[in-house]
Amino acid sequence: MTKMDKRSSSVSRRNFLKVGGALVVSVGMPVALDTMLGINAALAQGVRPPLAPDQLSSYIAVNKDGSVSAYFGKMDMGQGLFVSIGQMVAEELDVAFKRVKVIMGDTGTSVNQGGASGSTGIQLGGKQMRMAAAEARRVLVDMAAEKLGAPADQLAVVDGVVSLKGNAAKKVSYGELIGGRYFNVPLDWNKQTGNALYAPGKAQPKKPSEYKIVGQPIKREDIAPKVYAQEDFNTDVKVTGMIHGRMIRPEIAGSVPVKIDESSIKGIKGARVVHENGFLGVVADREWDAIKAAQQLKVEWSQVTPPFFDNTQLYDHIRKAPVRKRDDGKPVGDVASAFKTATRVIEAEYEWPFQSHACMGPACALVEIKNGQVTVWTGSQKPHFVANGVAETIGVPVATVRAIWVPGPGSYGRNDADDAAMDAAVLAKATGKPVRVQYMRDQGTGWDPKGPASIHRARAALDAAGNVIAYEFVSKGFSRVDVDTNGSKPAATLAGQLRGVPLGYVDGFGVPAESYVFENKLTAWETVAPLLDRGSPLRGAHLRDPVGPQIHFASESFMDEVAAAVGADPVEFRLKYLKDPRDIAVVKAAAEKAGWQTRPSPRKDNPSTGTVSGRGIAYSQRGGTTVAIVAEVDVDRISGKIWARKFTVAHDCGQIINPDGLKHTIEGNIVQGTSRTLWEEVTFNAKGVTSVDWATYPILDITEAPQSIECVLINRPELAPTGAGEPSIRAVAAAIANAIFDATGVRIRRVPFSPDRVKAAFS
Amino acid sequence: MPKYTLNVNGKARTLDADADMPLLYALRNDFGLNNPHFGCGLAQCGACTVHIDGQAIRSCVTAVSDVGKGKVVTLAGLGTPQKPHPVQKAYVEEQVPQCGYCINGWIMTAAAFLNENKKPNEAQIKDALSGLKCRCGTHMSILRAVKRAAEMA
Ligand code: FES
Ligand code: FES
Repeated sequence: MTKMDKRSSSVSRRNFLKVGGALVVSVGMPVALDTMLGINAALAQGVRPPLAPDQLSSYIAVNKDGSVSAYFGKMDMGQGLFVSIGQMVAEELDVAFKRVKVIMGDTGTSVNQGGASGSTGIQLGGKQMRMAAAEARRVLVDMAAEKLGAPADQLAVVDGVVSLKGNAAKKVSYGELIGGRYFNVPLDWNKQTGNALYAPGKAQPKKPSEYKIVGQPIKREDIAPKVYAQEDFNTDVKVTGMIHGRMIRPEIAGSVPVKIDESSIKGIKGARVVHENGFLGVVADREWDAIKAAQQLKVEWSQVTPPFFDNTQLYDHIRKAPVRKRDDGKPVGDVASAFKTATRVIEAEYEWPFQSHACMGPACALVEIKNGQVTVWTGSQKPHFVANGVAETIGVPVATVRAIWVPGPGSYGRNDADDAAMDAAVLAKATGKPVRVQYMRDQGTGWDPKGPASIHRARAALDAAGNVIAYEFVSKGFSRVDVDTNGSKPAATLAGQLRGVPLGYVDGFGVPAESYVFENKLTAWETVAPLLDRGSPLRGAHLRDPVGPQIHFASESFMDEVAAAVGADPVEFRLKYLKDPRDIAVVKAAAEKAGWQTRPSPRKDNPSTGTVSGRGIAYSQRGGTTVAIVAEVDVDRISGKIWARKFTVAHDCGQIINPDGLKHTIEGNIVQGTSRTLWEEVTFNAKGVTSVDWATYPILDITEAPQSIECVLINRPELAPTGAGEPSIRAVAAAIANAIFDATGVRIRRVPFSPDRVKAAFS
Repeated sequence: MPKYTLNVNGKARTLDADADMPLLYALRNDFGLNNPHFGCGLAQCGACTVHIDGQAIRSCVTAVSDVGKGKVVTLAGLGTPQKPHPVQKAYVEEQVPQCGYCINGWIMTAAAFLNENKKPNEAQIKDALSGLKCRCGTHMSILRAVKRAAEMA
């Protein structure tokens, strides 16, 4: 029995809530002692009030021992977000950081704050937790004022103890005031759920000048338990009576089973087929048996025309495909007229392939249906939406579904985790037993929702003096939301689609996020139809910084091309046109820290053979954060191999909550961004995806890791914090491409920059 | 179904299994040792790494019938918070992981390597760890941690 096993099997929803904390106490108006006793007696059942976005108790509870539980409706995908949330809560409550426990991602204990989404963990989720904690402090101080018979403004709080200023003997602790009971304080909820949820109280949060805990480099406490094998992942959760499931996907995408020979697995203990339309899975008592059954099952598939083509035709397809939707954003001036007056026009086109989440392990989920209650253990970064999806997929009321997020094998957006949860739910319902499903590697890499492929056309009009008088940038690609950002609808998951619901068909792409000022400017996007309308291994979805890397690879490579065309230094060129002072600051900071030498690219002093080096800069904004990256690369002209040797990153996300967590987050972004730039490409043929494991979908090896990643963290305590989970991955590809150009004079416009492609570019 | 008795983390453990069942499933499902992880089942990522007689091997492609009398050690048997292996200690100090799913492979591989190579240089460390995967991209802190562990050892 595992640790997780005990917790999950013995604790019902109701008594789980009980163990979490405390009873309910009504506060708000000053409360007399006898009223409190009355309330205590009235609410002695000890159940936490129902989760509601407009209740303080949904976010903060003070336990008997004075420790604080912070119930967070987002979760940490490995960047230490929960540490930052704990810091923000501890800061506002005036308790020691160690007293705060952040409890994340369980629909039974937290409201829907959107899950992990768009780098908004601190920006939106933290903002809410900060306001809730500030309100909790206000309420607690009011209670203390009543108890101590002193006005609230005469009280001070140190580590959860409220005392009279000038007479520290007159004191009462948070634990004594409310420990073991729950707040009953309404908040001013904006009636939104998900990312947009906001429900402040009456309290104002602290001024940054008062911070003692926010801004400190506090370390993560979840690392030691993982390192000492004391903590389970979602792949490790087991419950009594659990059986194992495996899914079977068609060789030709779109075909469905027409004949299933169950006798082909009859020798395998407990093996059973679950089949409904295109949905085909097997279960068995033991995991290895389920794997064997999935391999051995004889299936005849329907004859369908292979829906795809060879991936070498991908960009031609996008180029020629009809535009399904176009969005012109906010054009400035009159681009078409300005181009007519141009002395010179610079043009280029860039290409970015489908990419896979390729998580460290294929997704896993466990679903138990017992006494009318459904429990889902999932690695999905949006468990609240998973609960909705499971309810709809197996036809039960959502109130009976509890989804518990347990850290899974990595998540960088809408990966395969939501699909696994729905598959497990269908199998559990069909078999009447708790079913754990984990995909096999080829399914994790081959069948996960993909970051969409795209082409990007850029044009700049120059006047006689070499000034940019007009700029046009148009992306054309597959939608980033063929399937939704979460699995709340059957249309968004494989289980839903394979059982008969087509893709949701939403169009979404994006435009460059920058502050270049050109008199005439148009940035637009166009989407093309998905290649298969359901059950497709090439369905477009959010992959870390959805469409950010593709767009900014193109737009920031192009800025460099224009700079080179007019013989300008790449940094000076950008500074000439940038408007936002924070953008200007990051570009300057990165250049200065990297020891940037002002000169146009390419450098003139490199030999034409052997290994040559160069440097490149790229910059971008994202959701209020701005980042500039200088890459220094070595290019082996013979082998075509690129070593992205050094990065210097200037990062401004407003107020920094935890510089240590931020630095690790940036490093991860840079390395993953380098991997996607140098190696990653989904390959496919007419039948389906052919990049299905680490050999066919290689990522950056440790031998190719940069020598150093230097970070300049620009802290702006006076500004609200914005995101860091994704912004620094955006400009990585362009910084590398620009450095390759600097080193060699060769411009590479297609990702990935694999050795073959780089070599070909040189010849 | 044949019966096997394996020596795992110093204890004799018995199970019934198909001869070709990978050791990984015995460790995880029959013995409740949850690190190693399933990452690929193809010997491509290292997530399932354990030691057999001090050598780092990939348990996803090692059949239970091939383990024989080999002494199997998993991450749980490598060290404890009280008596950590240097690589574990360095991993915590350097705050290496993001999702953490890969750490079993890196720690077990680095531990076996450092056992045989007392004072490795950076290139030797990278070579020894080549082929292991970390999708979150914690390469920089992995290298810092293994270098730190090499200095401790
Ligand atoms: S799971 Fe064994 S090497 Fe990947
Ligand atoms: S920390 Fe997530 S795969 Fe390495």
